[in-house]
Amino acid sequence: MQTCALSTRQLNLWYGLFHALKNVDFCVYANAITALIGPSGCGKSTLLRCFNRMNDLIDDVIIKGSIHVEGRDLSTIDIIELRRSVGMVFQRPNPFPFSIYDNLVYGLQTHGIAKKCYPDIVERCLRAVDLWDDLKDRLHKPALELSEEMKQRLCIARVLTIEPRIILLDEPCSALDPIATMKIEELMIELKERYTILIVTHNMQQAARVSDYTGFMLLGELVEFGETSRIFTSPSDERTEGYITGRFG
Amino acid sequence: MPKNRAVLIDQIIKQTMRICAFSSLFFLFLIFLFILIEGLPLFYRVGVGNIIAGFKWAPTKGAFGIFPMIVSSFLVTIGALILGAPLGLACAVYLAEYAGKKKKLFLKPALELLAGIPSVVYGFLGVIYIVPLIRTYCGGSGFSLLAAAIVLGVMILPTVISISYDALMSVPRTYREGSLAMGATKWQTTYRVVIPAASSGILASFILGMGRAIGETMAVIMVAGNALRIPGSILDPLRTLTSNIALELAYASGDHRLGLFSTGVVLLIIIMILNYLANFVIRQKVIK
Repeated sequence: MQTCALSTRQLNLWYGLFHALKNVDFCVYANAITALIGPSGCGKSTLLRCFNRMNDLIDDVIIKGSIHVEGRDLSTIDIIELRRSVGMVFQRPNPFPFSIYDNLVYGLQTHGIAKKCYPDIVERCLRAVDLWDDLKDRLHKPALELSEEMKQRLCIARVLTIEPRIILLDEPCSALDPIATMKIEELMIELKERYTILIVTHNMQQAARVSDYTGFMLLGELVEFGETSRIFTSPSDERTEGYITGRFG
Repeated sequence: MPKNRAVLIDQIIKQTMRICAFSSLFFLFLIFLFILIEGLPLFYRVGVGNIIAGFKWAPTKGAFGIFPMIVSSFLVTIGALILGAPLGLACAVYLAEYAGKKKKLFLKPALELLAGIPSVVYGFLGVIYIVPLIRTYCGGSGFSLLAAAIVLGVMILPTVISISYDALMSVPRTYREGSLAMGATKWQTTYRVVIPAASSGILASFILGMGRAIGETMAVIMVAGNALRIPGSILDPLRTLTSNIALELAYASGDHRLGLFSTGVVLLIIIMILNYLANFVIRQKVIK
């Protein structure tokens, strides 16, 4: 059995009175891609955001149950250290309104990494997302002028600069066209050798294409979780079957 | 025909609204027209240089130099900005980034009230409290550049705060999330991402604050001492462009009166430039 990089036990979460996550027992295996699928509002993004405590930003959130990151209880980990080891890529590409270079060194500056390391890290991270050849001559151009796909790659590169071990992707392709989506998917598969990846997607084909494990969520519950090939060929829960065969969702 | 009547009423209302909307433009036009008609002839007769760059203001003796007042107006404004801009920005940042809903609920109306206090009240408080404090602790008469800058620094706060606040609030939430998710602290996120992203709006708030300070009259007259010279230190008295008009118009006649209108022309041009700058700064960002 592989080890869980991220896990929850009996996790419950409320937004005010709304019960968004119900008794979720979940495990994200290390160095694999795990996908969370389900209809909108099912709690998959909420679950993802538990792992880097992004839900803290919202008022009236109540969380009960335990969350473990690399075997350590989430409540014992310093939030800055946590977010450094668990990077996140958002639904809409969100480069800062600075130059490409400044976007990439932002995390390095905030974590006080020596300036002389910047050029190497910038090159390595841009190479990792296949942007180096395109961007090496215009690193000081505004990041907002890039195409949506390049912006999203840049955001992934930006996360890589702070050397996380786990990357959370929250519908990273929903703002992209099919060709750009395909490229980001190829990138994810490349990255899983060195990183643990958890991706939330509303696109079932995407989950089937890229992930090793899939969890299906519905109305705040993790209905079924297992190897992607099994979930998509012989789901054991009829709700999962109903969703993946397109009867609802 | 009820339907036709409804359409007709709709039309009447629309046209009435249009007239009301354009009347403000009409008033603006009238103000310009009259100030220029009254103010420009003297520029012709005496010469632009002798007015704008002239050091001596003795309108009854044919000297219309307002250079010391232009300098004084700018000094007071810059002083107000040095005191008011950091305070206003800090206040806006607190409101936009840190204050909870409850604190916002009483802070915002309080700041709007600050904007609603008549300027004579600010001047009054300045005369009663700030001028004596300066006289006691810094020397001089107390009626000074410093006193005017302090009073104006407070008076521009509502402008600086409300426009900076709007600029900060219009920074997309995704920027903040992106920064926090990288492990940046709240303060790092604020000063390295949110404030730079809102910088054009913040700059515009400073420029509009300047416009507010340079146009303020009553409070400045009350605390600035109104001496006709370029102040040598922040404890010296000075007279601004607006003060000059307000102080002398009551008894001015003939060329003296025209001289005051010329002062008004200069003031109008300065205000227009500041407003244009503010709009320009804001538009720049939108194009990007």
